[in-house]
Amino acid sequence: MSAADHHIHPHPHADDRHAGDHHDGDHGSHGSMRDYLIGFFLSVILTAIPFWLVMTGAIADKQATALVIMAFAIVQIVVHMIYFLHMNTKAENGWTVMALIFTIIIVVIALSGSLWVMYHLNHNMMPMSHDMGQLP
Amino acid sequence: MNATTMQSSPKASPAEITAAFYDLNEHDHPEGGSTMLGFWLYLMSDCLIFAMLFAAYGVLGGNFAAGPGPKDLFELPLVALNTAMLLFSSITYGFAMLAMEKNRVGQTQIWLLVTAVFGAAFLSIELYEFAHLIHEGATPMRSGFLTAFFSLVGTHGLHVTFGLVWLFTLVSQIAKKGLIPANKRRLMCLSLFWHFLDVIWIGVFTFVYLMGML
Repeated sequence: MSAADHHIHPHPHADDRHAGDHHDGDHGSHGSMRDYLIGFFLSVILTAIPFWLVMTGAIADKQATALVIMAFAIVQIVVHMIYFLHMNTKAENGWTVMALIFTIIIVVIALSGSLWVMYHLNHNMMPMSHDMGQLP
Repeated sequence: MNATTMQSSPKASPAEITAAFYDLNEHDHPEGGSTMLGFWLYLMSDCLIFAMLFAAYGVLGGNFAAGPGPKDLFELPLVALNTAMLLFSSITYGFAMLAMEKNRVGQTQIWLLVTAVFGAAFLSIELYEFAHLIHEGATPMRSGFLTAFFSLVGTHGLHVTFGLVWLFTLVSQIAKKGLIPANKRRLMCLSLFWHFLDVIWIGVFTFVYLMGML
């Protein structure tokens, strides 16, 4: 197999951790046909249900529908990460997962912070027609 | 070992001190050995770009400026078709990767081209949608909602466009040089990129289209 021969570590004293790193990065990260098919069918189901919910209005309460489709989106993102992006905690000595966790923290702070601050800003900047009329 | 030489001679020469504190005996790193981690870090930074665009959409998404809103503009069947195209392109790219692992050059190229067809279909549908919106007067200049919408969805579409350019480049590279290690590495990077775009699209169709129609 040609993938194997170019990954023999040129340095004979390389520690095992390092050599194993390359091994994991190139072999362990690939999925099998089974993985891709499982991921695909899960994705189809997880996409179809939210579309069906919104298009038919199966749940009368809009807030409940929004929460349900958000939950489906999060599950589908995790499915993609595992079956298509082949995420695992061992690849690159765990650095990919560390980078992912860091990104998620930043994204959560940025998103929730923006929405929170701007919501209150909009709320407090509402034109108060009644009071404004009283101002000199 | 360097540490023992340090201890045995109390007056170490500058060269010895350098050798003790810096790893001068650099071991070779195989070519491209760190590419996958580096590319992953790029994708994470790209993820932040999209997070900012999502935040902008979340903040401005309700500012219609007395113009059309999501319910007047979006057509869910079209979005569902678009989502299906991107999902199909994801699985066919997976098949290309499986063919690559078995070193089947022709099969890899065919699956890559099938992926390109689905990717191009996605882009065509999106451009049709954009043209339709602009024709109706719902241009990016119309309202804050439409500015945020076109920025977010447009940036995703731009990523898909560059992904297609990259894909065609790789198909011709494989035709020229075969499945050499460098080409395999490039294919794995594009694989991450392509699946990553599908992940972003999950956010787009959920937060922009589905929640807009509620």
